[in-house]
Amino acid sequence: MAIITPINSDFTHSEPALTTRKLTLAYDQAIVLNELDLAIPSGKITALVGSNGCGKSTLLRGLARLLKPIKGTVYLDSASIFKLSTKEVAKRLGMLPQSPVAPEGLTVRELVAQGRYPHQGWLQQWSEEDENFTKQALAITNMTELAERPLDSLSGGQRQRAWIAMALAQNTAILLLDEPTTFLDLAYQIEILDLLYDLNQVEGRTIIMVLHDLNQACRYADFVIALRQGQIVAQGIPADVMTEGTVREVFGLESRIVKDPVAGTPMCIPISRRSHPLTSNH
Amino acid sequence: MNTSQSYLQQQLPSKRSHSFRLLGLIVGILLLVVCSLISLTLGAADISPDVVWRALFAFDGSTNHLIITTVRLPRVLIASAVGAALAVAGSLMQGLTRNALADPGILGISAGAALAVVVSTFFWGSLSVQSYTWIAFAGGTIAAIVVYTLGSVGRNGMTPLKLILAGAVLSYLMSALTTGILILSQRTLDEIRFWLAGSVAGRDLDSLVQVLPYIVVGLIIAFSLSKQITALTLGEDVAKGLGLQIGWVKAIAAVAVVLLAGSAVSLAGPIGFIGLVVPHIVRFWVGVDYRWLLPYAAIWGAMLLSLADLAARLVIKPQELPVGIMTALVGAPFFIYLARRKIKS
Repeated sequence: MAIITPINSDFTHSEPALTTRKLTLAYDQAIVLNELDLAIPSGKITALVGSNGCGKSTLLRGLARLLKPIKGTVYLDSASIFKLSTKEVAKRLGMLPQSPVAPEGLTVRELVAQGRYPHQGWLQQWSEEDENFTKQALAITNMTELAERPLDSLSGGQRQRAWIAMALAQNTAILLLDEPTTFLDLAYQIEILDLLYDLNQVEGRTIIMVLHDLNQACRYADFVIALRQGQIVAQGIPADVMTEGTVREVFGLESRIVKDPVAGTPMCIPISRRSHPLTSNH
Repeated sequence: MNTSQSYLQQQLPSKRSHSFRLLGLIVGILLLVVCSLISLTLGAADISPDVVWRALFAFDGSTNHLIITTVRLPRVLIASAVGAALAVAGSLMQGLTRNALADPGILGISAGAALAVVVSTFFWGSLSVQSYTWIAFAGGTIAAIVVYTLGSVGRNGMTPLKLILAGAVLSYLMSALTTGILILSQRTLDEIRFWLAGSVAGRDLDSLVQVLPYIVVGLIIAFSLSKQITALTLGEDVAKGLGLQIGWVKAIAAVAVVLLAGSAVSLAGPIGFIGLVVPHIVRFWVGVDYRWLLPYAAIWGAMLLSLADLAARLVIKPQELPVGIMTALVGAPFFIYLARRKIKS
């Protein structure tokens, strides 16, 4: 992992990074989230967890102003995100959707350079600052050597690092990611999560991500929000949220919560029919 | 493992560097000029290059000089303008719809423009180039709106497949209507038969002069949107996240597409495949950055249509084919190749 040397990035605030008030989101009139009040802590890693279709990705899209609420709003530093110009928001908040697809032949450098879009005017050429942030983003994600390669020639993990580099070049205090580790091998999953952890620790960026894996959420997040059917079931530090009761309510699954022997964070062991230790005399 | 210092020293030579791309652009322009000059010398009667030169710069009114200035020169210039317009329109459409198979022909814009022209010729007889142009714009716009709407119905919104199907269905329908009108009306057929197959022959410089402003405006709009289109090719969510107002970008780009495709149709009839093929050829060299892709597409579109027209003049000499048939002969296999590759991946 490359050493992170921030250029001018100090993103630490004490105010909540994002708050929602009565946020109601819907797809085609079908309400997914109803009157949600939420405060996402600044400078922390927040994980959104829940079963498929619980609305966690919808919430993330709403927080990133990709989905217009039918009621309520999202506040970015006390200003409604929909009152700010979308380019202004893009300077403060970056969003990486789930499994984004780049056009065939796009190189890593070209992708990462797109992250500078909100910082450029209509006629303004590529500035030295743009160049520096692009180089830095490539270096942080360890993609410098692959910069001239087309994205479609890379492995899944490298590709995801390139997309994260694009979001980093955008240089926003807040970074939203929708399942940044899906379709990746376990080693790459850990690599990506470690990278995000470093970004948070060194630069104080606020990271909000949807995660599928409860144990990864507990290990990496400071703040966990568990959702079920568009409602918040529990929120707080992993140790408070991750209980057998929460897992039962959110996933409809019986489990045992133990201490992660590596990180000391809560770890969920599901109880299934095949839950007795193997016996050898079979 | 690299450290944060090493990237500052590292300057990889790249075939995508600015100077390389600029050089390619200049080479392209020179090639286009050479192709055009060759195109001026060849045809039903071969005229030597020095006669061509004198016809252009020391006109003496002889038959050969007249052929050059009133027949071949307008033809070469119109082929270039139409080729550039179609190639840029195709590039824009492929970027906007994130669909490698998009082009004014396949998505029904050319067929819509052509139908509009045929219908008006049927009712009002022969029209001025100026009115052809506006009628073609109207037909192209309506077709674009209908195809886009049809391609977007249903739960998942617009998908590449639905868009292509909608374009194909509407193209068939409009071509059928066009054919129907032509069968019913011998007069309409006689007036626009050659135009309808796609041809850059038999137009004078005056018609080019009348349509050129629309092409120029279309190109300016397209070039000024190139950064936005590049961002849009990353997907709507990513583009929105980068602060793009995608509704506006799409609407303005659609205006450029209709201006370019409509101008091309009103000048030369529905010529297919240039808008499809050229962006792919150009992407191979300059990648997907639209700031480079669009100027390259304009030059190569101009060159390719000029060459296709030259071939159309030479294959069954002294007669000639409409250039639209020539581009279809070359473009159709390419379309099948692309479609097969897309299905595989």
